[in-house]
Amino acid sequence: MEVSRDHFVTFLLRLADDHLILGHRLSEWCGHAPMLEEDLAMPNIALDLIGQARALYQYAAEVEGKGRSEDDLAYLRREREYLNCLMVERPNGDFAHTMLRQFYFAAFMHPFWEKASASTDETLAGIAAKAVKEVSYHVRHCGEWVIRLGDGTEESAARMKAAVEALAPYVDELFETDAVSEAVSKAGIAPAPASLRSSFDSTVQRVFAEAFLDMPETAWPQTGGRQGRHGEAMGYLLAELQHIQRTYPGAVW
Amino acid sequence: MKLPISPLVGEMAGRPEGGDVELHADGVCGDAYRRAYAAAASVPDPEVPCVTVADLGILRSVEILDGVAVARVTPTYSGCPAVLAIELAVETALREAGFDARVERVISPAWTTDWITEDGREKLRAYGIAPPVKASNSIRALFGETQVDCPQCGSPHTERVSEFGSTACKALYRCTACREPFDYFKCI
Repeated sequence: MEVSRDHFVTFLLRLADDHLILGHRLSEWCGHAPMLEEDLAMPNIALDLIGQARALYQYAAEVEGKGRSEDDLAYLRREREYLNCLMVERPNGDFAHTMLRQFYFAAFMHPFWEKASASTDETLAGIAAKAVKEVSYHVRHCGEWVIRLGDGTEESAARMKAAVEALAPYVDELFETDAVSEAVSKAGIAPAPASLRSSFDSTVQRVFAEAFLDMPETAWPQTGGRQGRHGEAMGYLLAELQHIQRTYPGAVW
Repeated sequence: MKLPISPLVGEMAGRPEGGDVELHADGVCGDAYRRAYAAAASVPDPEVPCVTVADLGILRSVEILDGVAVARVTPTYSGCPAVLAIELAVETALREAGFDARVERVISPAWTTDWITEDGREKLRAYGIAPPVKASNSIRALFGETQVDCPQCGSPHTERVSEFGSTACKALYRCTACREPFDYFKCI
């Protein structure tokens, strides 16, 4: 079964935007981490995410065929054109908040990439086969921090609990289904997000059990990122992300 | 019965097991091919200069196509900042060896540390970097610990300081026997 070009490009951009925006958020920690090892770890993870984003933007640009480059897609769209989920654009908060967000995202992406490495689309399968290896490190690293902080001091446990509460409204959006995700999953290009829920839940449960954390309850799931409706934080993020390209159009290294 | 790889092919291609290093189009290992391969293969990794791109298994193939030396290179990590530097260095090496050269980036099949040659693993160890523990990249190993031997004293009593080290491909370890910190080339 074939997928329409529009749907395919939208799918690729959603995926690429998730990675670019989260990679950018994570890189904000560079030089501010609580310890040297984490100052190395977070930019390393960010680098993986940006690398994955680049591969996805390059491919999206190629599939789109409108002469836009990966840089155009990454730097020169308007806020409403970014299709990332809301969780990745949330401000970093404290270290516990950042680690939990990264853990959630990695726990979602690991089964995603694993399944996508058997994609009917050869290029995506190639990107996925690389990414899955990288993300397995992210799951482990961030999962260990969730445990260490959740099962740590009174202060660290309180912060981790606050992070669970703060991020709870943003978890469900990862599994959102619409015409685009249905079309690509029917075509065997990528797994349906909802099909990853059990894998995600079991990873989170395993870590939360060790961290003495309760699974979050989502009273008010937030949604809209996939249609380009973002929170207030997104504008500030884009202002920083885009300012060089906006100020010096066409600037290259 | 498993037949040994002929020493000629092994030496010619520096062929890592499981890799798909190709000889040039007609399968004949001509002089030009030898020179092109040797030139590309001798390029050191910019971040871990004790090993070459061939040692690491990131040089996937060298071919002579219509008089142009075409090297295919694969990145170690999606976001490896050294990718461009490596591609440029390989192209430069081929040009200096007298070829019209082109470098192509391939991402599939995904690079694995299993492609690091035995020689490369020894060079890493001698350089003070523990080579990757073999074949442990499975979901089952996700939360498991791997045993990494100290490259200085060989002791198995080591502990991980950080999952992420000075470059994307390394983790930071410490030996509890000789007390030396060391880099571990992560297994992916």
